[in-house]
Amino acid sequence: MTNKPSRRQFLTSSVAAGAAATMAGTANAQTPDPLITEVQEWAQAFGDGVDETPYGLPIKFEDDVVRRNVEWLTADTVSSINFTPIHALDGTITPQGCAFERHHSGAIELKKSDYRLMINGLVDTPLVFTYADLERFPRENHVYFCECAANTGMEWAGAQLNGAQFTHGMIHNMEYTGVPLRTLLEEAGLDTAGDLKDKWVFVEGADASSNGRSIPMEKALDDCLIAFKANGEALRKEHGYPVRLVVPGWEGNMWVKWIRRIEVMDGPVESREETSKYTDTLEDGTSRKWTWTMDAKSVVTSPSPQSPITHGTGPLVISGLAWSGNGAITRVDVSKDGGMTWETARLAKEGESKALTRFYLDTEWDGSEMMLQSRAMDETGYVQPTKTQLREVRGLNSIYHNNCIQTWLVRSNGEAENVEVS
Amino acid sequence: MSKFLKSTAILAALSLSATPVLAEKMGLGRAALPEEVAAWNGEISADGTGLPEGSGDAIVGEEIFATKCAACHGDFAEGIDNWPKLAGGADTLDHDDPLKTVGSYWPYLSTAYDYIKRSMPYGNAGTLTDDETYAIVAYILYSNDLIEDDFVLSKETFFDVEMPNADGFIVDDRAEAEYAIWSGEPCMENCKPEPVKVTMRAMVLDVTPQEEGEEEAAAEPVQEVVVAQAEPAAEEGAAEPVVVTAAFDEALAAEGEKVFRKCKSCHQVGEGAKNRVGPILNAVVGADAGAVDGFKYSKALMEMAEGGLVWSEAELAAFLEKPKAYMKGTKMSFAGLKKEEDQLAVIEYLKSFGN
Repeated sequence: MTNKPSRRQFLTSSVAAGAAATMAGTANAQTPDPLITEVQEWAQAFGDGVDETPYGLPIKFEDDVVRRNVEWLTADTVSSINFTPIHALDGTITPQGCAFERHHSGAIELKKSDYRLMINGLVDTPLVFTYADLERFPRENHVYFCECAANTGMEWAGAQLNGAQFTHGMIHNMEYTGVPLRTLLEEAGLDTAGDLKDKWVFVEGADASSNGRSIPMEKALDDCLIAFKANGEALRKEHGYPVRLVVPGWEGNMWVKWIRRIEVMDGPVESREETSKYTDTLEDGTSRKWTWTMDAKSVVTSPSPQSPITHGTGPLVISGLAWSGNGAITRVDVSKDGGMTWETARLAKEGESKALTRFYLDTEWDGSEMMLQSRAMDETGYVQPTKTQLREVRGLNSIYHNNCIQTWLVRSNGEAENVEVS
Repeated sequence: MSKFLKSTAILAALSLSATPVLAEKMGLGRAALPEEVAAWNGEISADGTGLPEGSGDAIVGEEIFATKCAACHGDFAEGIDNWPKLAGGADTLDHDDPLKTVGSYWPYLSTAYDYIKRSMPYGNAGTLTDDETYAIVAYILYSNDLIEDDFVLSKETFFDVEMPNADGFIVDDRAEAEYAIWSGEPCMENCKPEPVKVTMRAMVLDVTPQEEGEEEAAAEPVQEVVVAQAEPAAEEGAAEPVVVTAAFDEALAAEGEKVFRKCKSCHQVGEGAKNRVGPILNAVVGADAGAVDGFKYSKALMEMAEGGLVWSEAELAAFLEKPKAYMKGTKMSFAGLKKEEDQLAVIEYLKSFGN
């Protein structure tokens, strides 16, 4: 492994190569391209037969598009997080194999045949479901983003991590197949619970952390899903196989993996994950609790520190992601001068509620330095705040829910860096 | 629109009415038995609902904490390395870098009991008795100067303890405090009074991981994973040239490194390893039992050591399979590695630290 270049070496060399490629690409060719004039091996001999990879992985040329960990963040990988390579993806759906992981006691192996889901507490009949039972309820398909409340959390005090993967990669976006939580609660019967307005459900996982969280009944009956498929296939082990909870628009910690129990209660439990963690301390020392919703946010994924401009001046696609836990993204603006002037980007598709939206700004780059920013707006009229605005309200110690506007300084050689601006 | 969609739409409209609409039941699942509900229904609520009988004080708690918690959280609950600090930090919440501990931050004591009982000790969750849990919670309170060492914690005395930050929380007020000011038509031109300047750069800090090394290799095609993960083992082995023989199986050692995750909350290996809950395991394969300096072994282990026990691969495998059956009275509170391949793999991994 020691022969591998560091990212910085890679950047330097790829920028240099990019400059050369620009020359070749924009000027008229002087010599015929051997890739065209000479018969290549792949045009002559056979490629792989079918079944070479019964379950395919990305081709080896893409082997740098992987989840990455920031080792100094946590004490141990079984209670840690890694990051989706958003700088290298496009569209909106995150492939499961590179979608970020967050475990509190490691990713467990739980067979479908060993899976049990219990509903108890203030229900008419406490029930136990097997995996096979769940597959017999009417199911639905929905695309939702899942963002860790701590995404961008390392950036409160200043620009720290140099890459969109690390600053914004605690997010993924998948198409889930599952049964509405509402359906299962109604199967157990909610008459016993009486007035549902002040009721809660407590949800816990089957792993050693159990990661219990309390969710207000209103949300439980609204759009939560007991999901068993993502992007058409079974959930991955690291995302809660065989069954996880999906809590659309709300912080990822509530999306309990390996969900084994749902208890209807008359109040919140106030578990560790909703008191000592996932609460947001303000400047005066008081802390917000129950900050469940992920507010509107966006980031330019390319160009960005891990995805520099390698083609020189001329046509440039600026691309990024936007999302809101309060509804659909309606507009994204992009600034090249650190927020002085803005232009409205093109949404690849109309925004979907609580799902990632892809935006593009198709532009001409003259090679001058850019301070690239993006600013999302959602259907409620909310406008993504600057870091300064967030700090004015919350100070520097909130850890969670940092949805500030991000700035990439793109230099004239195409390299980009995570910076803060005045 | 299908019949199903219509009916769910109607249900959604009525979702929060005082008397829930009777949904048509599918008749799926089965009634949960009382024993099953009792087995899983373990959470302790903020109002104390669920607290069991039993009790403990800080004096008893200190001993349990030393053996089961201190490896990560420190002898005085002060935390080791990146592991959570459980004590200290009083009056720091409005500082630049607040220290949030059970004492300085947690609003409810029930949360400590609930979490420790269900999710601790790390790597061996759910093994504490109710008395042990009360005692550990008492020790953490004592470490935070919140109780005296003779205070007996039980469900009767639970709410005699005042949590300093009990009133330190407000319910999410973003809708009022933020949404109103961050909305409307945003500025598009001349949005800042002065030309924009860079005020801070991430490269100055230089804390971004480099794209090289083990974690990158782990995502590469399978045949390369084995080589990459075996690397640390090979490096360690190089310091002990006698050890690295043809018999050493790097791929198996790499598997063993994964299995060792189950061990490492108590045992350390490699350079700089220290005795924690369990002894250092460097060069354990082939060594005399009970031979690590400075580790206080159980009586049971010392008796077997005096009887000449040597940690051959076979003996280690037998011990690891069912520690308590192999050595009645062992301090090692580990359920065991049922699978033979796991036993062999972890032994191979340990061999990479000398034997």
